[in-house]
Amino acid sequence: MGKDVVADLKRDYISKLLAKGARADGRRFDEMRPLKIETGFVRSAEGSARVELGNTQVVVGVKLVTGEPFPDTPNSGVLTTNAELIPMASDSFEGGPPDQESIEVARVIDRGIREGHAVDMSKLVIEPGKEVWIMFVDVHVLDYDGNLFDAANIGANAALKTCIVPAKRAGKGEDYQLPVQHQPISITAVKIDDKILIDPTHDEERVAEARLTVATLETGNLCAMQKGLNGAFKLDEVFKVVELSRKIGSEVRSRF
Amino acid sequence: MGGTPTDLKLIDERGLRIDGRRPDEMRPLRIEAGVLKRADGSAYVEWGQNKVMAAVYGPRECHPRHLQNPERALVQCNYNMASFSVEDRKRPGPDRRSHEISKIISEALTHVVFTEYFPRTSIDVYIEVLQANAGTRCAGLTAASVALADAGVPMKDLVAACAAGKVADTVVLDLGKEEDNSGQADIPLGYVPRTGEIVLLQMDGDLSPEEFDKGVRMAIDACRKVSEIQRDALKRRYSASSADVDAAQAVPEMPKEGP
Repeated sequence: MGKDVVADLKRDYISKLLAKGARADGRRFDEMRPLKIETGFVRSAEGSARVELGNTQVVVGVKLVTGEPFPDTPNSGVLTTNAELIPMASDSFEGGPPDQESIEVARVIDRGIREGHAVDMSKLVIEPGKEVWIMFVDVHVLDYDGNLFDAANIGANAALKTCIVPAKRAGKGEDYQLPVQHQPISITAVKIDDKILIDPTHDEERVAEARLTVATLETGNLCAMQKGLNGAFKLDEVFKVVELSRKIGSEVRSRF
Repeated sequence: MGGTPTDLKLIDERGLRIDGRRPDEMRPLRIEAGVLKRADGSAYVEWGQNKVMAAVYGPRECHPRHLQNPERALVQCNYNMASFSVEDRKRPGPDRRSHEISKIISEALTHVVFTEYFPRTSIDVYIEVLQANAGTRCAGLTAASVALADAGVPMKDLVAACAAGKVADTVVLDLGKEEDNSGQADIPLGYVPRTGEIVLLQMDGDLSPEEFDKGVRMAIDACRKVSEIQRDALKRRYSASSADVDAAQAVPEMPKEGP
């Protein structure tokens, strides 16, 4: 109950500010929070990155192990993405098996990497149909102030880019750089009072009606999308988010 | 998208698709409302080779109780694929994909249900995919909104859903299984025709902004047609039952007393 009262108060506060064209942290509607990317943060991982997006902080680690490919893709490595929304990061996260929220985060990150062909999976084959590299991309949320989708997506891109395939350790020849070919960058917007806000904070997410994540490529093409929350978008709003995502996505990509 | 290279010719020289459809042609869709006895509302959808059943229970007491909302009903959808619904047997029970689909369908339906009429309750929507052939989340959402209407749950409108996508560099409507497996993009979309609102939207693959524009508009047009078919299913259901009532009333005519 207590939380709902706070949410109502914050809703009023956020709405009043939005009516004046302002956000609680002083950003423009189409402005991202400061982004910090630190790669090679975890030495025990084959690739890793710590990302701070405003007060949201995630660590993404990539581990590679050898294993069997899926029967229908004998000439391709395997990608597995997981997100841990651990209780450390927020009072709204609980321990235990992944809930729908963390599954959605993991699947949206996965979709971006997979559909954007971030990694050339055909170069992760050791013996076709028998042995390939299985790539685990694990997202650990340390501090949650909204927009996990983009923080984790950027973290995953950064971690992959610095990832080394540990071939020597597995007795499969020399180590080599993970064949990264694209940076599918996702940008998330929410709708509050018919206004479109990029990179929502936790408070903004709590009062938002609807959310849309769009991942784009270097070409300016779209490779993944996910609408969330109970509200709806009009068609022109969808197009607006797509345009913003292409523009801001390319700015973020220039950091890599 | 699978994006697996294939020898399949997805669009032939006449511009027709693998099952003979035009690019903007939907697969045949048939909907029956009120097909289950026990559930408060139900619907059965056959959409191409998809066979999907939806059932609604509620509004009823919300479990688990900590999810109760003192101001609104909770719309809880459970999307499940039968183990025999796909070529290779699917392990029974929820996987990550079905968790995600359950979540986005719950969100889409919540937007149209007048949840404020039923505080503290839960409206439970069960979607069972019996036979799958690409597009089951759209078929499930389409079936679920008919089942909600059949259960008498007050709504702003029925949500209609349909996907568009890209195969062989062509934007097409309502991808079939072969097209989904070797196509270039898929955009499932849920739409509220009365308000023009998009309540479900996903995309995967590779699309230029122009292709996305075209695909989304194609899907919205299709949703309007889906909506007609949903309405028709409900009309048939209730004109049939009112005929039953007439018939039932006609029989027990009391014998007239003699003069």
